[in-house]
Amino acid sequence: MSQPARIPLRDEFNSRAHDALGDAQLRRNFRGAMDSLMEKRAAAFSDADERERLRTLGNHIRARALSRLPDLLEQLESNLTANGIQVHWAETTEQANRIVLDIAERRQARQVIKGKSMVSEEMDMNHVLADHGIECLESDMGEYIIQLDHEKPSHIIMPAIHKNADQVARLFERELGEPYTRDVNQLIQTGRRILRQKFFDADIGVSGVNFAVAETGTLVLVENEGNGRMSTTVPKVHIAVTGIEKVVAHLRDVVPLLSLLTRSALGQPITTYINMISRPRQAGERDGPEEVHLVLLDNGRSQAFADSELRQTLNCIRCGACMNHCPVYTRVGGHTYGEVYPGPIGAIITPHLVGLDKVPDHPSASSLCGACGEVCPVRIPIPSLLRRLREENVSRPDPGHAVMRGQGSKYSALESTVWTLWRTLYTRPLLYRLFRFFATRLRALTPSRLGPWTEHRGAPKPAARSLHELARKHLEQSR
Amino acid sequence: MSAKARILDKLRHSLAGTETLPDDFDETLVTEPWRYPPEQRLARLRELMEAVRTEIHLTSQTQWPDLLAALLAEKQLTRLLIAPETDHGRQLTAHWSTRSDASLSTLSLSLSPQGRGDRIDGPVLSPLSLEGRGAGGEGETAAGSGTDSTQEHSPSDLPALHAYDRPVEEWKHELFHDTPASLTGTVGAIAATGSLILCPDRHEPRLMSLVPPVHFALLRASTIHDNLYEAQRALNWRAGMPTNALLISGPSKTADIEQVLAYGAHGPKDLVVLILEDA
Repeated sequence: MSQPARIPLRDEFNSRAHDALGDAQLRRNFRGAMDSLMEKRAAAFSDADERERLRTLGNHIRARALSRLPDLLEQLESNLTANGIQVHWAETTEQANRIVLDIAERRQARQVIKGKSMVSEEMDMNHVLADHGIECLESDMGEYIIQLDHEKPSHIIMPAIHKNADQVARLFERELGEPYTRDVNQLIQTGRRILRQKFFDADIGVSGVNFAVAETGTLVLVENEGNGRMSTTVPKVHIAVTGIEKVVAHLRDVVPLLSLLTRSALGQPITTYINMISRPRQAGERDGPEEVHLVLLDNGRSQAFADSELRQTLNCIRCGACMNHCPVYTRVGGHTYGEVYPGPIGAIITPHLVGLDKVPDHPSASSLCGACGEVCPVRIPIPSLLRRLREENVSRPDPGHAVMRGQGSKYSALESTVWTLWRTLYTRPLLYRLFRFFATRLRALTPSRLGPWTEHRGAPKPAARSLHELARKHLEQSR
Repeated sequence: MSAKARILDKLRHSLAGTETLPDDFDETLVTEPWRYPPEQRLARLRELMEAVRTEIHLTSQTQWPDLLAALLAEKQLTRLLIAPETDHGRQLTAHWSTRSDASLSTLSLSLSPQGRGDRIDGPVLSPLSLEGRGAGGEGETAAGSGTDSTQEHSPSDLPALHAYDRPVEEWKHELFHDTPASLTGTVGAIAATGSLILCPDRHEPRLMSLVPPVHFALLRASTIHDNLYEAQRALNWRAGMPTNALLISGPSKTADIEQVLAYGAHGPKDLVVLILEDA
C-alpha cells in the first residue's frame, strides 16, 4: 500500500459544514446509521430505572477514579511493572511517538499493525512511523477502509460510517485491484484476507486501552472483530497507548462500565471479545507478545483535570452515544469537525488537546438540545461544558490565569461592551423604560442588515408600542 | 524532571485540598437484574449466544468426542487443533485412537486394502508423538459410544488431530494457513451476556481461540455464572489475574460497512459450543 499523503484541513468548520450539508449521499449515510444506533441503544436499555441507576454508578466510578488519579496511576504502574509490562509516560504526542519509535528501532521493526486506538489518532502515529520508514497499518475494518482512502475517522466507534458499500467497493477496486462487489460479506472477507497476512508479518502490534485496572495491573480491550486480539497476541511486541484518564481503581469497576459502554455504543449486551491482558508471554507459554508496553499520554488532559467542572470531560469512556444522538453531528458528519474526536464529546475534549483557539467553533456547533447529556453513560454534563467553553471563548484573554490554552480567542471589545450596556439597561428600571421609549419611537432607525443573521432572515424591528404600553392601554379601556 | 513527575505534579497540584470521593459501589446493580434460576441459566446463555450466530450443542462428559467427530465430518473439517496436555485434549486423543482402532478393524473386514493403507499412512495425530494411540483412562469410557458411531461414519470422518505443542514461531505459517479448526476448553461462562470465559495458558495458548476459522469450545454446565461480577469473584481474579483472560461472545463480527452485520471479520467465522450438561 502506498503511504497516505497528509491531507491539510480544507477550511474552517462553517465551510466544511456547508459542504457536508450539500452532500446528499453523506447525509443519507449518517442519517441511516445514527437512526439505527439510537434504536439499538434504546432497545438495550429497556428498563429506564436500571439505566439511570447504572449511569449514576458509572459516573461515580469515573469521578472517584479521577478524585485520586495520581495515586491510581502510580498503583497501576507498579502493578503493571510487577506483572512484567513496561510503563512509559508522555506529556505530549511527540514524546509518545518518540517512545514508540524507540521501541520500534530497538526491535528493528519494519511493520506495525494497529488495533483501533483513538489515542494513536491523536498522535498521528501512522504518519509519524511512515516518516521513519515503518509501515503502520490499521486493522479495524472501518479504520482500514479510511486509511486506504487517506481519511480521518468520522466517528469514534464507526470510523467509516460516512461511506456506503458502493463507495467501499469502488475504493477496494481502485486501491487493491479487487473486483467490484457491493456485497458487504465479500468486502469484509477481502479485508480479512489482506489483514491476516499483515498480522502474520507484523513486528509490533499497537492497541488502545478501554480500561486500565490499577488493583490488578490489567489492560481491558473491548472489540467485536478480533483485530485487537490479533494485534496484541500475534506480533512479538505489543504497545498499548492510552490517555492518563483511562484508569479505574478496581476490577469490579469494569463490570458496570463495560455494560454501559457496549449498550450505549452499539446496543449490544457485550462485544464479541473482552480481552484482559495482565502479562507478556510467560516462560513456557507458546504464544503472546514477548514485550508489552503501556504508553500513558497526557496531551492536554491534565489541563482539563485542573478545573473541577472541566474535569468531568475526563469521565468519558468513548462510547460515541453523544454523537449518535446529536442533531448537529448527524447532519454535518464527523469530518466537518476536522479533528480526531468529532461530535459533542469532541467539542469538549478537543479544546484541551489542541487549544481552544484552534477549534473556536466547536463549542458553538450545538443547539444545546441536551440529548448528548441525556444519553451519556457516565453523566458528563456536556451541554453545560459547551456553555462553559463558549464563555472561555469570549472572555477577555488572560494569559497568566487562563484555565485553558487558547482561551479568549473570540473576545471582542465591542461585543463585550454591547453586553455590558445591555445588562445595565435591563437591570435598572428607569433606564430600561427610557430605552424602551426610544426603541419603540425610533424603530425606523434600526439597521436592516445585521451580518450573517440577515443573510437568510429579515432584521428584527422593535414593535411600535411595547407590551407594557399595550397592556396598560388595554386595562384602561376595559375599565 | 521526567514526564511522569511533571504529569503527577500537575495532577496533585490540581487536587490539592480536595477529598477522595467515597466508594459507593452498589453491587446489587450489577448482580440482581442479572440473576437466573439454575434451570434457566443455560437457556439464557444459549439464547444470547445463538442470537449472535453461535452454534450450541448439549452433550455429556462421555458423549462429546463423538458429537465433535460428527460435527467435524458435517463441516468437512479435516484437521483439528488441540491442546494435548489438557484433560479434554487427552480425552479426545484417546477417543480418536480407540475409534480409529475400531475403524481399522471394521475396515480390515470390509474395505479394500487401499483404503486401509490410506488410514495407516495418515497418522491420527500429528505432530504429537507422546500421546499415542491406546492411551487409557478417560478414553475407556468413551470407547463404547465410539464403536457405536463408527458404523455411521467412515474412517475418513476422523480428522487429523494437530497438537499445539510448540512455540507459535515454529509453526506460524501452518497455524495461519492450514488449521481450519480448533478445540479449547473454557473456565466458565456468563449467562447475563452470553459469554464464554477463557484463560489461555501454557497448555492451551491464546491463538487457539482466535486464528482457526472454526472454534469449538467445551463448556461445563456447572461453570456457568449468572453475571460477570459473580464470575470475577468465583475465579478470584482480584487476587491475581491470569496472563490473558478473555470473554468470548460469539464468532468475530463487524458492522463497519453500512452497519451491515458480517461475521468472520478477523477471528473465527464459526463458534461451536459443546455444553457438557453433566459436568
